[in-house]
Parts: sequence; structure tokens; C-alpha cells
Amino acid sequence: MEKRPIYGVMAEFDNTHDLLKAAEQAHEAGYRKLDAFSPFPVEGLSEAIGFRTWLPAIVLVGGLIGCAGGFFLQYYPNVLGFPLDIGGKPFDSWPSFIPITFELTILCAAVSCVFGMFALDRLPTPYHPVFNVPRFELASRDRFFLCIQSKDAKFNVEEVKSFLLALNPREVNVVPV
Amino acid sequence: MDPVDPVIEDKPVFIAPAGDFIGPGHSYGSVTDAVSNIALGKTPKGWFGGIAIGLILLMALNYGLTYVFFVGVGKFGINIPVAWGFAIVNFVWWIGIGHAGTLISAFLLLMRQKWRTSINRFAEAMTIFAVMCAGIFPLVHMGRPWLFFWLLPYPDTMGMWPQFRSPLVWDVFAVSTYFTVSLLFWYTGLVPDLATLRDKAKGKAAKVIYGILSMGWRGSAKHWKRHEVASLLLAGIATPLVLSVHTVVSFDFTVAIVPGWHSTIFPPYFVAGAIYSGFAMVIMLGIPMRKWYHLEDFITVRHLNNMGKLLLATGMIVTYSYGIETFMAFYSADKFERYAMMNRLTGPYAPLYWLLVATNIVIPMTFLWSHRVRTSPVALFLMATSAQIGMWLERFVIVVVSLQRDYMPSAWGMYYPTHTDWEVLLGSIGLFLTLFYIFARFLPTIAMSEMRDLVHKTAEEAGVIAAE
Repeated sequence: MEKRPIYGVMAEFDNTHDLLKAAEQAHEAGYRKLDAFSPFPVEGLSEAIGFRTWLPAIVLVGGLIGCAGGFFLQYYPNVLGFPLDIGGKPFDSWPSFIPITFELTILCAAVSCVFGMFALDRLPTPYHPVFNVPRFELASRDRFFLCIQSKDAKFNVEEVKSFLLALNPREVNVVPV
Repeated sequence: MDPVDPVIEDKPVFIAPAGDFIGPGHSYGSVTDAVSNIALGKTPKGWFGGIAIGLILLMALNYGLTYVFFVGVGKFGINIPVAWGFAIVNFVWWIGIGHAGTLISAFLLLMRQKWRTSINRFAEAMTIFAVMCAGIFPLVHMGRPWLFFWLLPYPDTMGMWPQFRSPLVWDVFAVSTYFTVSLLFWYTGLVPDLATLRDKAKGKAAKVIYGILSMGWRGSAKHWKRHEVASLLLAGIATPLVLSVHTVVSFDFTVAIVPGWHSTIFPPYFVAGAIYSGFAMVIMLGIPMRKWYHLEDFITVRHLNNMGKLLLATGMIVTYSYGIETFMAFYSADKFERYAMMNRLTGPYAPLYWLLVATNIVIPMTFLWSHRVRTSPVALFLMATSAQIGMWLERFVIVVVSLQRDYMPSAWGMYYPTHTDWEVLLGSIGLFLTLFYIFARFLPTIAMSEMRDLVHKTAEEAGVIAAE
């Protein structure tokens, strides 16, 4: 039978404690291309696999663009483009510009948050190799998985399999691409 | 992918005891199943009855709105001086109702209140549907609704810009922002639960639809981290949004010089009233839902108690606002302000004002102090209904009674709602019900991933599993 290329090796756990320990040990053993899967966020897990996110910076930039954009949206017509002398009232009446500026700050920050999150997640991803493991369906219910990817520098199928088996999983599967 | 059916073990690894906000005997799997079975299982017969009512009322909306679009806003009972009637009353009422959902989702998340977990999903859905209902009215109340887009700053051939200094334009930005942010926040929270439904669905169509909607979510720890960060950031953004949106709506009134409107108390008064009516709606939706879908273990008696307390607290703020408004009207020695207040108390609409006081203040503030009332689903539901009616009457009194008699007695008038007014009001309730019933049938009404987290924390606290 022709061998399918391998995406990685995945271990299934039935509690968060084992998954966390496994993730920490995998990181200590030098594996860097790995990912963990759970039905709810597990505290400390993303740090254990060495992950930090850029999202707050993206949201801040989005908010600032919204703020500046919103203010300039009102400033330009009222002060620069089409100033209208209405009873001598000031053209640059910035207090009256605040509500829209505020709302656009929030809108741009929120949009950049959500779209930024999905973009960084590379979602939507209709296909992913981990779905080839039948029991992975339980990752969205009550089981926890750790997958070490084949593109990791230290990857060797048999070594990784025995490494994971030593961490008290329920089962270990090879994930085809 | 091989069509292998995995063996799903039903034995959970541990069972959590009762927690502060969850019934006993639950595991990650049981909370998942309790909620997903509603979406994936057979439609209960009662659902058909409920959506039938919603759809019938929706037809009334259809009829009323078509009439108004074809014939004109004169079909409403508006006139000079009362140029704003039910349409604006309904707008403010619906937007106000929406505020509690965002408060629960966003503000209670920031305050780390665990009891928000089982209610935030349907509360946020309520917000989105309420804003959709509210959005009809600014469109419909215009004399020339086909020109609504003139409110937006689009590049046009006339070289015209909207009046950015007008609260009506601020409303456009505030309400659209509110709708967009609520929808995004709700959808972000939904994605992991939609993935659960995709994984559990048996039918091909269900799997494909939930699969598309869940965007391939696989529960990766990296994605969860971003998701948590995003939820906190969105919560931080949405909290000032709650305050600002109803403030901007109140500005519709405060910038006018009509006595009874031109008051700086309106922003906090409106926001408190909004949260009051919003929580009333969450209670009115949550109590039947927990009964009919057997979710008493998740929306517990403690939840009812907490929501009742919030109803009481915001109701007290509203009560204080009424009192101080009345006091300031007389203390100001402004004869127009004084008359506006006297008109509310003794004028032609006085029975509605006193009904407002009874339903908004007297009934809830008397009974909500009682723990027994707050923890009894029937009693709490009645209190919430009373508050809901009272808040609609409050909007009516503010809009109509202030307009009908302002400075010049020769300009005084009366407002009588027409059948079109009633059709559109009841129809908007029908739209809301229809949307909510569809949501309750096909989407997870409780945030499953967050409930699993709650089970986890409950088990950790009880020592059933080792703390990390």
C-alpha cells in the first residue's frame, strides 16, 4: 500500500492535567512545531507550547485608525472643504464631533479584533489534517489532543510515537496529510 | 476522509458536584449534549406554536409597513405638534432592551462574574434581534424613507455631506456600530459551539451548514488563546459602547429645547432604564426557555436571583431619576419646565403616567426586595413583564406628553395612535419572536464551551480534579 505523507503524530488525553504536562514536556524535549486541541481554553496551555499573540496590537491600531478617521471625516467638510458660517458658530466644533469619533473608534477596533483574530487563525480553513483522525470529533466535546507536526526539526515518527505514549495518553494516532 | 464512525464513549472522566452556578452531576460531555441536543434533535411541538404566533404578528408588521411606505407617515397618528409618536417610542424601547445583552456579555465578563456563562449567548442574541427591530423605526418614521442614505457620508453628486453635528446622524453611527459589534462579538463566541454542532450532527446538510459557519474551528490552543484575548478586548470595547449608544439616543431628545426633553439627566436616566428593560427581557426569555428546554441546571435559581437583583438595582436608579426629574422641574422655577411636569401628573395623559409609575416603580420595587419573589420563576417573570410595559410607557410619556404641550398653548395638540401604529408595534414584537424562535431551534442557546470551562472550574474548586 502506498504510504500517505504524514502531517504529524497526535495523542489523545481525557483530562487537562495530562495534556498540560504533556505539552510542557514536549516543549522541554525540544519540539517546537506542535499544537494542542481542547473543547475549551485550558489555562497555561498556549504558554506551555510557546505561543504569544499579536492581536492586542492589531486592535489598538484599528482603534486609532477609527478615531483619527472618524474625527477627520467630520473635520474635513466642516472646517476645510465646506465651512458654513451658521450664526458665527465655530467651524471646528470638536465637542460635537466626539460621539461619531467615539463610535467609529469602537467600530474599527472591534472589526479589526474579529477579522484580525480570524486572519491570524487562518480561518476559515475547510480542511485540516487533524480531522482525519476519527476520534478528533471529541476535541469539541470532552477530549484533549496534542499533535507534534512532522515539519518539526526533531521529528521522527517512531521516536515521537514512543515519546507521546510515555505521557499517559488514551491513544496515539499518526495523522496523514 | 475515511467514513469511519468513531466509537463515542459515553462514560465521562469525572462528574462535577453542584457549583455556585451549575447543578450537580455534570461533565464536559453532559453540558455539551444538553445544549446541542436542542439544536440537533427533533423540533418540540410547542416550538411550532410559538413561531406561529411570531409569524402572525410579523404579518401584521408587513401589512402596516407596506401601507406606510406606499401611502405615507400620515398613516401613523402623528401630527403637529406631536410629530414623533409610536415609531420613536418603539425605537428607543427596542434599543434599550438590547443593552442588557451586551452588558451581560461584555461587562460581566470584565467583572469575572461566573453567572453570566449560561445566559450570555441568548442574551446577546436578544440584543441583536432587538437592534434589528429598533432599526426599522428610524427608517419608517421618515417622511421620505427612500432617501435614508442621505444620513450616510457617501460620495454623492450633489456635493452634500450629512449634518455631523446632529444627534440623528450620531444615531446612525451609534446604532450601526452597536449592531455590528454585537453581531461580531456574538459570532466570535458562537464559532467554537458551531464546531461542536458540526462534529455532533448526523445529517449531511447539518454537518455542511454548521461546518461552513464554524469556519473549520478545531479547538487549537493557539486559536483559543487568541479567542480569549479577543473576547476580553471586545468586552472592553463593548462596555463603553453600551453606555454611549443609549446616551446618543437620549441626545435625540436633550438637544431639543422642548421642556421635559432639554435635560442633562437624560443620558444616565436612559442608560439605567435601558439596562432595566433589557434585564426584564432577558428574564422574560430565560424563564420559559429554562422550563421548556429543561435547562434548570444551567440557568439556576441563583441566576434568577442575580437577575432579579440587577432589575431591582437599575429600577432604583430609574425611580431616583423620576424623583429628581420631578424635583428639578419644580426647583428650577422655570414655568415651562414646571408645567411640563404638571402636565404629566395631571394632564390628558395622566392615567398613562400613573400606570407607568405603578408598573415601573411601585410593583417591581415593592416585590423585588423579597428573596422569594426573585427566586420564583413565575413571580420574577411577572415583575419583568411589569417593568417591560412600564419602560414602554416611560418612552411614550417622554416622547408624546412632552411634545403635545410645549411653550405655546395655541400649539397644543393630542396624539391618538392609529391601527397602523399598533400593527407596527405588535409586528415588531412578532419579528423579535420569530427571530428568537429560529435562533432557539438551530443555534446553541447556551455557550457550551464556556459551560465546559465552568464545569472544569467547579470540579477544580471541589477538588474532584487537580488544580493546575
